[in-house]
Amino acid sequence: MTRHVVAEVSGFPDKGIRRVEVAGREICLVRLGDEFFALMDVCPHGGAKLSGGRLGAVVESDGPGHYRMCRKDEMLKCPWHGWEYDVRTGQSWSDPKSTRTRAYATEAVAGEELVKGPYVADTIPVEVEGNYVVVDFPDRSAGRTREAAEA
Amino acid sequence: MNRPLFETDAATRLRIIDCDIHPSPKSPAALFPFMEKHWVEHLQTYGTHMRQALIGQLAYPRMTANGMRMDSKPEVGPPGSDLKMLREQHLDPLGIEVGNLIALSRGGMEERNPDLAAAMASACNDWQIADWLEPEPRLRGGIVVAQDNPESAVAEIEKHAGDKRFVQVIMSTRPNETLGTRKYWPIYRAAAEAGLPVGLHPVGYSNGKPSSGSGWPSFYFQEHYTFVPGAESLVTSLVIEGVLEAFPTLKIAIIEGGFSWAPALGWRMDRHFDTFHKEVPHLKRKPSEYMKDHFWWATQPMEEPKKPRDIIDVIEWIGWDRLMYSSDYPHWDYDDAYRIFRFPVEDEQRDAVLSGNASKLYGFQ
Amino acid sequence: MPTRTPLRIDADFHLPQASIDDLLPYLDEFWRGQVVDRELPSMPFRLTSYPPNSPLTKNPDFEGLDVSAALDKFGTDVAIASMLHGAVALHNPDMRAVLMSAVNDYVAKEWLDREPRLRGSIYVSGEDIAASVAEIERLAGDKRFVQVLLLAMQEIHHGNRQYWPIYEACEKHGLTLAVHAGGLYRLPPSVSGWPSYQFEDYVMQSMVFENILTALVGEGVFHKFPDLNVVLLESGFAWLPTIIWRNDKTWRGVRPEVPWLDRKPSEIMAGRVFLSLQPSDPPGPEELKQIIKHIGGTDMLLYSTDYPHRQFSGSDPLPAGLPEEALPDILSGNALKAYPRLAAEPALREAAAILEETT
Repeated sequence: MTRHVVAEVSGFPDKGIRRVEVAGREICLVRLGDEFFALMDVCPHGGAKLSGGRLGAVVESDGPGHYRMCRKDEMLKCPWHGWEYDVRTGQSWSDPKSTRTRAYATEAVAGEELVKGPYVADTIPVEVEGNYVVVDFPDRSAGRTREAAEA
Repeated sequence: MNRPLFETDAATRLRIIDCDIHPSPKSPAALFPFMEKHWVEHLQTYGTHMRQALIGQLAYPRMTANGMRMDSKPEVGPPGSDLKMLREQHLDPLGIEVGNLIALSRGGMEERNPDLAAAMASACNDWQIADWLEPEPRLRGGIVVAQDNPESAVAEIEKHAGDKRFVQVIMSTRPNETLGTRKYWPIYRAAAEAGLPVGLHPVGYSNGKPSSGSGWPSFYFQEHYTFVPGAESLVTSLVIEGVLEAFPTLKIAIIEGGFSWAPALGWRMDRHFDTFHKEVPHLKRKPSEYMKDHFWWATQPMEEPKKPRDIIDVIEWIGWDRLMYSSDYPHWDYDDAYRIFRFPVEDEQRDAVLSGNASKLYGFQ
Repeated sequence: MPTRTPLRIDADFHLPQASIDDLLPYLDEFWRGQVVDRELPSMPFRLTSYPPNSPLTKNPDFEGLDVSAALDKFGTDVAIASMLHGAVALHNPDMRAVLMSAVNDYVAKEWLDREPRLRGSIYVSGEDIAASVAEIERLAGDKRFVQVLLLAMQEIHHGNRQYWPIYEACEKHGLTLAVHAGGLYRLPPSVSGWPSYQFEDYVMQSMVFENILTALVGEGVFHKFPDLNVVLLESGFAWLPTIIWRNDKTWRGVRPEVPWLDRKPSEIMAGRVFLSLQPSDPPGPEELKQIIKHIGGTDMLLYSTDYPHRQFSGSDPLPAGLPEEALPDILSGNALKAYPRLAAEPALREAAAILEETT
C-alpha cells in the first residue's frame, strides 16, 4: 500500500463528488462534511463513472405513501441506472451481497505526514500549508487493472 | 468467450452499431428554420396540440434527471442536443461505427393538427440532415412521419428514400389507431417499396390512451414497464391485422420495447390461432412465423435475470441473427455495448448482435 | 397401500349466464319494475370479451357437457366458479349494484346450494367501491364464497389506492382477490389503440395482466395487505419471466420512488400471486419447461379447466411438460395456499394432509 495525496481539503466543497486519478486509476472521491470516502470510479453494474452521479439519502418506508429519509447524502446514485452505493462500504443498497464497488480508506491528514502522491506532484505546490486528502492504494503493479468490475 | 466484454482491450475493439440514439434540438426554436413561416407563427402562438394534459412534459416525471443520464447534460440545451458531447461521451469511447438516430417528441407524430404534424415531421427530418447527418458521418437518420396524416407520411418517405443517410421510417407507437389498421397501410407500402425498415420505439406521450390497457399507472416504476406490453401490442396488431401478409418484404425493428417477451407472445398467438383463425382468414401462416420472418429486436434495456443464461433461451427462439445492440443514449437506462452480455456468447453471436444484424437489416456493408 | 388420486381444485370454472328473467326473484319491487319498464329481459348482457357462440367462449369439445358432467369428466373435487355477467358494464351505479347482487344471490341459490363441488366468487364492480365493500360484507358470512372477483380491464388498474377498501374487506374475511380476463371496454386494451379483430383483443389480455401485476406490486398492495392473496384467472403465465426480470431490474434504479418495496418485486410476489394454468400458451413440453425454469418453479400455478372456454383440445387440461413431482401442488396444494377459505375447510384440509403423508 502506498499513501497518495488526491485532493486538498480546502479546495473541496463541503459536500461533493470529485473524480481523481491515483496511480493511473480513476477514483471517485466523496466529501461529506469532515468525512472523505473514495470509491473506484466505475459502476460495477453498467460501467458508468460514479463521479457523475449524485448523493442522496436512504429512503425507507412504513408502507405505501410513506417516505422517510435516513443516512442523508450517504448513498451515491449511479448517473445512469440509479443504482445506489453506500459511500462508506461501496455496497449496493439493492443487492449488498453480490454488487459492490471497491471502497478505499481515506483520511485527512496534515501535509507533513504525507508520501507525496500525484496530486501533489503534479499540481499542488508542496509548500502549501493545510490538509490534504490521501488514499491508501495498492501500487498499480500490485493489482489487476480492473478490480472495480469484480462483482 | 466467457470473458466479460468490458475487459476487452482497446486494441481489440469490436465493431459496434448502435440502433438507438436520441438527438434533441437545443430548443424548440431549433426546428423553426426548417418550417414555413406560418407554422412557426402557429407554434409560437398556439403551441403544439398533443392529446395529453401537460404541454411539453410527461405526467410521469422520471426518477432521475428527467429520464436522462445524469452526466449527459451539455452546457447549453438538453441532453442529446450536443453533437460534440455525443461524440466524446458515446461514439468515440465505444468506437461506434454507425449510430441510428431516433428523433422522438419533436417530429409531430402525436400532434393532432394533421397539417402541423406533417410540417413538424418534415422539419424534423431536415433538421436531422443539417444538424446531425451532415456534420457526423457515423450517424444515420430515421424518416419521422406523421402517420395519422398518411398521405403526408408517404410523401415524406418518397422525399427522403433516395438519401442513403436515412435508413428507416419512424412511426409513433401511440398512433390514433392501432398500427395494424389499414389506414396506415399506404405507409407500409411506401416503406416496403423504398426498401426501408419501419422502426417502432415506444414513447411516453399518451396520445389520449393510457399506457396500459388496464388504465393509467400511478408510479414511474409502473410506467417504465408499460413499454413492454406496449410493444407487445404493436407486434400483435401488425401480425394479426395482416400487414405482413400484405407486405411480404416489410421489415420491422422493435426498439426499446424489449425482446424477452417475444417467444411467449408468439406462442400465445399460435395457441389461440385455431380458435380465431376463421375470424382472420387473411393470415396464411401461424402468427409466430410472421414474427420470425419480419421482426428485428433492439437489446436495450437489456434484461438481467437472476440466472443470466436464461436470456440465451430467449435469443435462441428469436434467432441470433435478429437481435441488435442499442444504447438509448442519452437516456438513464442507457446500455454500454461492452456490458450487455452477462452470459457466455460465442464470438460470432456477439458480433452479430453488436453489428452484423443491424448491418444486414439497414444495409451497412 | 392404495394410491390416491390427488385432490383436484379447478381455479377457473364458469357457470352459464343467468338471464335477466332468472334474476327477477332476487330484485326488490322497484328494480323489478325497472327491469320490466326498460325491457331489460330483451337484452343479452353478454360481455364483448366473450361472444356467446365464439369457439373461445364455447369449446366445441364441451358440447352437451353441463356443469355437473364437466366436473365429473375432469374428476374435479372443487371448482371455483364465476359467472361473468354483463351487468358489470352498466354505468348506472345503482342498477349495476343490484343486478350484480342478484347474480351473486342467484349463484348461491341455484348453484352452490345444488352442486356441493362448487365454490363461489363475490362478483363486484371496481367502479363503485362503497357498493362493492357492502356487497362483500353482505355475503362474507357464506363461506362457500372463496374469492372476490374483478374484471381485468376496468377504468383504472387494480393497484390504484381507490380500490383498497375492497382489498381491506377481502383480507378481513379471508377472501382471495381474483382478477379475470375481460373488460368494460372503456379504454383500448393496448397503448396503440383499439384492435380490429377479436383475436387481437384476446391476445392482448395477457398484456393487461402484466400491467396489473406490476401495479399491484409497485403500488404496495402486498405490503399494505399482508394477508391478501391475488389470483389471476385466464391470464396466461408464459409472460411472467419478462415481468419478473424487468420489475426486479427497474426496482434497483427507481426504488426511492416506491420505498415500500423493501425486497425485489419477485420476492414480494412469491407466495402471494397465483395464476390459472389455462390457457397454457407454450406450444410443447420443452417450451413449458423453459418457462417454468425462468419463473423459478410451479408454485404460482393453479390447475384450471376454464370450462366452458376453449383453451386446450381433448380431455386433459394438464399440459404436457409439467414436472411430475409438482402435480399434487398444481392440482390442489397451491390452491390451498392461495385460498384461505379452502384451507379452512376441514374436509379439504384432511384430504390434503392425507396426500402429504402419502407423497
